[in-house]
Amino acid sequence: MKNIFFALLLIPALVFPQDTLQEIKVKTSSKSLKKSSRLTQNTTVMTSKELLKAACCNLAESFETNPSIDVNFTDALTGTRQIRMLGLTSPYLMITEENVPSVRGASQAYGLSFTPGTWVESIQVTKGAGSVVNGFESISGQINTELIKPADDIPFFLNAYGSTDARVELNTHFNHRFSDKWSSSLFVHGNGRFSENDMNDDGFLDNPIARQINVMNRWQYSDQEKGWVGFFNVRYMNDEKQSGQMGYDPDRHMFGTEKWGSEINTERLDLSAKVGYVFPDMPYQTIGWQNAFSLHDQHSYFGLNAYDIKQQSYYSNLIFNSIISNTMNKFAVGLNMTYDKYTENVIVPDVTGDYSRIDNSVGAFFEYTYDNDDNFSMIAGVRADVHNRLGAFLTPRLHLRYAPWAGGVIRASAGRGKRAANIFAENQQLFASSRVFSILNTDGKVYGLDPEIAWNYGMSFSQSFKLFGRPADAGFDLYRTDFQNQAVVDLYAGPQEAYFYNLKGSSSANSLQVDFNYEPFNHFNIRTSYKFYDITTDYLAGTFERPFQAKHRFFTNLEYATHIKDNGRRWKFDYTFNWMGKQRLPNTESNPEPDRLDDYAKPFVTMNAQVTRTLSSVFEVYIGGENIGNYRQPRAILGHENPFGSTFDASMVYAPVFGQMYYAGIRYKIK
Amino acid sequence: MMLIVGLSASAQEKKNKNAKYDIPVKGNCEQCEKRIEKAAFSVAGVKSAQWHSDDQMLHIILNEEKASVMDVKQAVAKAGHDADDVKATDAAYEGLHHCCKYDREE
Repeated sequence: MKNIFFALLLIPALVFPQDTLQEIKVKTSSKSLKKSSRLTQNTTVMTSKELLKAACCNLAESFETNPSIDVNFTDALTGTRQIRMLGLTSPYLMITEENVPSVRGASQAYGLSFTPGTWVESIQVTKGAGSVVNGFESISGQINTELIKPADDIPFFLNAYGSTDARVELNTHFNHRFSDKWSSSLFVHGNGRFSENDMNDDGFLDNPIARQINVMNRWQYSDQEKGWVGFFNVRYMNDEKQSGQMGYDPDRHMFGTEKWGSEINTERLDLSAKVGYVFPDMPYQTIGWQNAFSLHDQHSYFGLNAYDIKQQSYYSNLIFNSIISNTMNKFAVGLNMTYDKYTENVIVPDVTGDYSRIDNSVGAFFEYTYDNDDNFSMIAGVRADVHNRLGAFLTPRLHLRYAPWAGGVIRASAGRGKRAANIFAENQQLFASSRVFSILNTDGKVYGLDPEIAWNYGMSFSQSFKLFGRPADAGFDLYRTDFQNQAVVDLYAGPQEAYFYNLKGSSSANSLQVDFNYEPFNHFNIRTSYKFYDITTDYLAGTFERPFQAKHRFFTNLEYATHIKDNGRRWKFDYTFNWMGKQRLPNTESNPEPDRLDDYAKPFVTMNAQVTRTLSSVFEVYIGGENIGNYRQPRAILGHENPFGSTFDASMVYAPVFGQMYYAGIRYKIK
Repeated sequence: MMLIVGLSASAQEKKNKNAKYDIPVKGNCEQCEKRIEKAAFSVAGVKSAQWHSDDQMLHIILNEEKASVMDVKQAVAKAGHDADDVKATDAAYEGLHHCCKYDREE
């Protein structure tokens, strides 16, 4: 019996190498967004219940109800969502799937849309410098997605979805327990948008015509007596997107100048294997070995610009967890290896060329956790890595947690991150414009630029208390990221230019978030958040705010659920309100009048709502709306009358491009 | 004859470095959990200590080369909680936070 208890603890042990044993208290709270007072790091856990609240078809759309993450559109064509934390874009986050880095390199721009929302069991969002165990690249945060495990899965699940912007989705999950040790799940996902829509009459499709098929087969082995656990995944994805002008036909118009169009076709194959062993009679001592291989192949063009990138990637991580004299002192030590082979070809004015290369690194890490089981814990980690492009370097990270009185928690963190900026893969939205690209440095190892290095420090305080006898909590976060070097993307030089160069001067991002959450009566939760960002960079032309970043933001989410009746019936209601303050826009002064934007975009409001009716414990229907206030950016695509002219730019997006969207779906399970 | 018995007896004295024990320990609220576990950890050799109010059991993993399970029971009793056969003194019990004052059989 005890063996089972300890072995079950192992599964999260492979997940959270350090914070394992203390978290496993079965909480019957229905909170879908949990900030544990026991975790040392500033981590919020989003459970699958939280993911059901948004229209939420894939991972990129799962963060709409989480105030710590800002979601915005990168361009007016592809419908790609980009997430930001602490004001910094997703390349500065470490995005992992079951602790294996997933969205990086070639998949940086669209990678989040390659994981369907129904596959996700929970998401851990950590602000600030994260753990050293998974890598050295994270700067402003870490997002780890846990997928549904075959041993806990139900035999069958079906989800069908349709929306007024002509998108349909189908998710089917199958699961079978082959023996008491082996279980397997098969997830099949398909989505598509098959018709053209141009609601804002600019001659361009508001959303791409698209098709995606995504299949994953997972196997889980667990032998509780012997202490072995293993996960084996195989996954294939094929995604096609076509955007551009109405009536664009690739067969007739590709690379011509009659109609402007774009296609982004991506194929991916992922294989991963994770094996873990719990030492007999020592549940605090485990060894785990993760291996992941992926192949990513993207062929794309944007009008006359073309971009092909293929990445073969291998990641291996060996982690040993144990204690020093007792479980108040834990440590993790291990070895890590990565290999990336890029085949990258760009046909874009002034940077046309072959940027193929190989990146590899080997590293070792050590992380010590002290937890006095009461009011203080700390995690101190360091990594040493040798990378063929980034050199040999150390990455230190420190997290502290102190609970001064009942319900209060103070956290602090500091850490360093270093990464190679994949300037083309991370800024693909700029290809959908007439900008001429220039890389101003030539002696660095990363496209002629130097690696990006940043330090992140922060602190947070939260307090739970009772307000009129009901639970409430309030708190604030304060973080600062300082770049020692950055691959600056400069759009201030002019509307027809895009410059890339090593930072000369300073670049920093300061963020403040103030939260207040309250449960005024049973099943009714209010979440509110105010965010302030101060992000400035020294550009060649002067010191400016980062473009497309609002200084002030306000968010609130209301959720209400009725009591679950005996036959499993209930109603759930959800409403999200977002106010975005004015945003600095890049320089368009030299453009003719119609294509000239103001220095700042006006503030605006977006609202989402959803109603779910659960008819039994196995069947539910839901309907909802996004951007129900129908706010649309007045001029989404500059120069859309003449897409082959010099003012064309579809990347100047700061607000929703399409207006209101309504959707409906069903979920059916067999337990 | 006696010598042989003596030798075999000492050969069986191999101590378990990861001995598991479940000690029934009485306590009430979450507050007690910290005190009970802290008391257990104060004994050098205790590698892991977990106590839950729902099962009223202290689960420990103990390196018997460093301490015995009796040492742990005494440390817990000193903190004010009855641990199996070792009872806390009345003075220690009175020192507990009021929510922790569990029912005692006299």
